[in-house]
Amino acid sequence: MKIVATDRKGATRDVEGRDGWSVMEILRDAGFDIAAECGGACACATCHVYVTDGWFEKLAARSDAEIDMLDMALAVEPNSRLSCQITCAPELDGIAVTIAPE
Amino acid sequence: MSRTVETDVAIIGAGPIGLFAVFELGLLDLKAHLIDILDRPGGQLTELYPEKPIYDIPGLPIVTGQELADRLMEQIKPFGATFHLSQMASGLTKLADGRWKLITDAGIEIVAPVVVVAAGGGSFVPKRPPIAGIEAYEGKSVHYAVRKMEAFRGKNILIAGGGDSALDWTINLAPVAAKLTLVHHRDGFRAAQHSVNKMRELAAHGKINFEIASVKALHGENGQLNAVTLASPDKKEWEHLCDTFIPFFGLTIKLGPIADFGLNLTENLIAVDTAKFESTTPGIFAIGDINTYPGKLKLILSGFHEAALMAQAAFHIVRPNEKLRFQYTTSSSSLQKKLGVA
Repeated sequence: MKIVATDRKGATRDVEGRDGWSVMEILRDAGFDIAAECGGACACATCHVYVTDGWFEKLAARSDAEIDMLDMALAVEPNSRLSCQITCAPELDGIAVTIAPE
Repeated sequence: MSRTVETDVAIIGAGPIGLFAVFELGLLDLKAHLIDILDRPGGQLTELYPEKPIYDIPGLPIVTGQELADRLMEQIKPFGATFHLSQMASGLTKLADGRWKLITDAGIEIVAPVVVVAAGGGSFVPKRPPIAGIEAYEGKSVHYAVRKMEAFRGKNILIAGGGDSALDWTINLAPVAAKLTLVHHRDGFRAAQHSVNKMRELAAHGKINFEIASVKALHGENGQLNAVTLASPDKKEWEHLCDTFIPFFGLTIKLGPIADFGLNLTENLIAVDTAKFESTTPGIFAIGDINTYPGKLKLILSGFHEAALMAQAAFHIVRPNEKLRFQYTTSSSSLQKKLGVA
């Protein structure tokens, strides 16, 4: 599956996702500037992304823990997600995300 | 206001690896002082995931961040390390006698032959909202903490955030402020329920205002704020008058002054050898998440191993004329005496 990722400067490129991996892991390993301080434990909000409309609705709903952690994120928008909580899967092929400001 | 202390080893960072370093150094009779920017030991364990379970600590099938920090504190208790908390290591200089002087931003000077950087990803600092030009207001009309409530008397305050800090300070500053508004991006909070209830009660009685919105822009001059632009989730924007803005979005990790210590950094990590975990600057060691070497894994257990080898090497620097006797805690009565169990 493919992830269409846009960095904080607005540059977009495709990265290859892996089923079962989190989008955070894929972006981090692909060299995107994503702190992911807690390492994917849904405990820090430093992997915050905006999910492009159309894709946002396809995702599983946010857990309570993610809703709570998003309160600690900056510049939260209705389409905000923590990328450590999005799991790559075939039905998300082509998902477009933008890394939120630090 | 500066105060100078002398010790064997100065440790930057009181996270799990800094704490375990105290243990390994202590077995070799080396005394340590630790510096941490947080107000309690534990580092990421207690700041980021106190209640999350950790499953890969050898011998502890499941332990939470807070429990591991507590157990480490118990384990190092016999060695009487000194903690300098709520302060940041801000400068490092080499003295004429070959020792190092580590300075904190609270005016403590630690003089030691060995410095151990166990700083993880760096210092926990308040998150700065991504609002253009906010730096110009910081310290004057934008604050990330409340140190003295009196400083906020009579102010028209805007607080942003939805956690305990935002709620607690909304409640505490309400009687002091001329006017106080809390903004949060949703009508829900990750804070203690009684704080949320109290805030809603204050809002119902007109003592504070609560707006579901985000701060988009700041307006003012010479560092003095006089208004902000707020935006609601449905993108409506309006101006809100205020002279003080206190954002509470928790903490994030920045490398901070360590970057200017003259150490050999690779992408904000300190390169070390894998025999001693010493940096390319003799006498300066780096252990835990802050270091890098071929094969490095950012795991707590790797940091524990690094601490043990570092301590052996540190001994030879601190006590150059003594022979290091390698012993086991199971069999050595002198180690057991140090641990207070013999």
